[in-house]
Amino acid sequence: MTTSEMATGPAAGAPANTARQAAVDTAVDAGPRPAGTAASLGREGTGGGTAAGNGAAPGRRAAAAVVDGSGTAGEGSARRTLTLAKALNTGLLAAMQADPKTVIMGEDVGKLGGVFRITDGLQELFGEERVIDTPLAESAIVGTAIGLAMRGFRPVCEIQFDGFVYPAFDQIVSQLAKMHYRSAGRVRLPVTIRIPYGGGIGAVEHHSESPEAYFCHTAGLRVVTCSNPADAHLMIQQAVASDDPVIFLEPKRRYWEKGEVDTTPLADLPADLRTGLHSARVVRPGEDATVVAYGPMVRTCLDAAEVAAAEDGRSLEVIDLRSLSPLDLDPVIESTRRTGRLVAVHEAPSNVSLSSEIAARVTEQAFYHLEAPVLRVTGFDTPYPPARLEDHYLPDVDRILDAVDRSFGY
Amino acid sequence: MFAGVTELVQLLTPDGRRTTAASASGPEAEYQAHVADVTDDELVGLLRDMTIVRRLDDEGTALQRQGELSLWASLRGQEAAQIGSGRALGPDDMAFPSYREHGVAWCRGVDPLNVFGLFRGSSLGGWDPQEHGFALYAIVVGSQTLHATGYAMGVTRDHGEGAVISYFGDGASSEGDVSEAFGWASVFSAPLVFFCQNNQWAISEPYRRQSRVPVYQRARGFGFPSVRVDGNDVLATLAVTRWALQQARAGAGPVLVEALTYRINPHTTADDPSRYRPADELSTWRRRDPLDRLRTYLRARDVLTDELESSIAAEADAVAADLRARCLALPDPPEDSVFDHVQVTENSLVATERAAYTDLRGALL
Ligand SMILES: Cc1ncc(C[n+]2csc(CCOP(=O)(O)OP(=O)(O)O)c2C)c(N)n1
Ligand SMILES: [Mg+2]
Repeated sequence: MTTSEMATGPAAGAPANTARQAAVDTAVDAGPRPAGTAASLGREGTGGGTAAGNGAAPGRRAAAAVVDGSGTAGEGSARRTLTLAKALNTGLLAAMQADPKTVIMGEDVGKLGGVFRITDGLQELFGEERVIDTPLAESAIVGTAIGLAMRGFRPVCEIQFDGFVYPAFDQIVSQLAKMHYRSAGRVRLPVTIRIPYGGGIGAVEHHSESPEAYFCHTAGLRVVTCSNPADAHLMIQQAVASDDPVIFLEPKRRYWEKGEVDTTPLADLPADLRTGLHSARVVRPGEDATVVAYGPMVRTCLDAAEVAAAEDGRSLEVIDLRSLSPLDLDPVIESTRRTGRLVAVHEAPSNVSLSSEIAARVTEQAFYHLEAPVLRVTGFDTPYPPARLEDHYLPDVDRILDAVDRSFGY
Repeated sequence: MFAGVTELVQLLTPDGRRTTAASASGPEAEYQAHVADVTDDELVGLLRDMTIVRRLDDEGTALQRQGELSLWASLRGQEAAQIGSGRALGPDDMAFPSYREHGVAWCRGVDPLNVFGLFRGSSLGGWDPQEHGFALYAIVVGSQTLHATGYAMGVTRDHGEGAVISYFGDGASSEGDVSEAFGWASVFSAPLVFFCQNNQWAISEPYRRQSRVPVYQRARGFGFPSVRVDGNDVLATLAVTRWALQQARAGAGPVLVEALTYRINPHTTADDPSRYRPADELSTWRRRDPLDRLRTYLRARDVLTDELESSIAAEADAVAADLRARCLALPDPPEDSVFDHVQVTENSLVATERAAYTDLRGALL
């Protein structure tokens, strides 16, 4: 159920695991972390000051202000401070404006604006033909999106929660993923499937899962996930613009975190930013060990890096993968060659997971530089536990730093 | 035989009058027969049940607001549909709920603490489905209708006594699983009652977004009978469910019951219906309150006195107070229970993770 609903946030009474975690929580409350670094900007540049310019047409700006209601768009500047949820909303708005064939479909996405309000205000702006409240049937949401795409539309499907994507599994892995191949390239299916995923919000069953590996295991799909508002805004537009099907995973526990966003629409950005969907990014440079993560765990790893610097005098380099399939491992390999140590972190269970793949490939390509085996910090290989136990299940600062310690023990 | 194709079976009118056998036409008379034996005491028992589950439901909402539950899915407005159908079940019957059937859970003798524990995040279920003839809650909408179908196929193969009932919502009726369950139950003549509580909303979507025809008419294409009952009429719901279970037990195959009712509260405590639901609709349905209807009927016949009514209210308060106290005292599960019951046989990976995590916790504490 939808906890849909989850706008209420985490259940009370889940204490921070340890003093270390508590220190991090205080640090987080104290203010926003530094965003992207110079290193990252050189690579793809979504995190910081880009040469994006102020190309938004007046009409677009006006529409954005309607949805936002706050009118925070600054004079002559496309920079705004937005939550990750609002950044997605603004990105979707831009995608709808960019291509009249873009349609949004899903349960409760229209009048309600989605249970997380990611599509808030869009039905009002674009009407019921383009923002479709669908019957309650996930297989049909994806199956009909395929048909719409064959008819020239660009559907953006919302699956309400991670645990409800499975009724659509056949349509995703056997139909959506394979049509281009089966038709020898004649058919393109530019379908985006948005899925709020991951835990940490105190939800009931089926609302906290991390299903990414199933989709990464399927040829024909791109799988991406954002970790901050700036990326959310850009990546959702890149996903919608992609002519390949994209599984777009949204870290639901980070929906309410704020960051600075360049709201320049995709079409007005330089070419390299329009197509950067597949690239990883260094979010915190460091020298002693590399930590690679994606989605909701990027913030946790940045927190761990902060603690490692303060308490252990260790400098951790944190890399946000952003694209899970295909993987952009070059920055990870380059970094690991420098640091000699790699810890891979995700909420999903470890068995046959993203970190399995990362460990294998880094071992193949950086073997002689490794001072320690690639270590992994993941959810356990159990079903997602009841919410009151999720703090034990989910990787946290302590477990990440324990892995870093163990890496230095080799 | 397609009973009640257009009718809404009603045995108690919204203003609390009993439709008599004489005034009832056609199928209504048939359903009357199924409650002819219901005594005044039993009617008071139904009122007591409905009063208690409403009181428990309010407690759920309150505990969520106080941060003691992470979420609550309210049954308010659906008490008659749940108590009427739940009390029609016998000990050999098996029920497959969705996530809102707290009233049916009550009828099946499930300790409400288990239901609250689920919404508190302390467990994923907590009761023994076999012991209570009540499966675990199904949050993945519609999935339980197939489990119910298979269970009913098993009853046939075992030459068992009981029938099976599967609850689901109007929104769920759109899921492929539900259509597949209809098809299977039909061709295998499964002893199964599909019980749809049409509370008219699936979160923000009205029933017209799910189908052009009423829920009950959808059984026709699958070749089994169906009936639509006033889900705010506990007596009619009891009668229709008894009839449907009898059909199923007699080997006539599945029946679809649509209980027409209304979700008075938000979808869950996290929902905001003001964004999508017209206010006048709510006030219309408040006037059709299922408890008021039975109260009025029993008062008019001097069965329900002030004294009796306040004793029922006091009992409901006591049940709720006890539940609240036990809910607040509910300990968090032991941390390493994360690793329990992953599967029947030991899994070496899980065992390794349990050991490593226990070591780490030991080192940190
Ligand atoms: C397969 C699946 N998809 C989506 C959801 C999210 N969800 C939970 S309840 C709900 C609406 C259900 O409506 P209905 O079947 O009418 O039951 P009601 O909540 O009204 O009792 C939705 C969409 C879910 N739990 N399972
Ligand atoms: Mg409903």
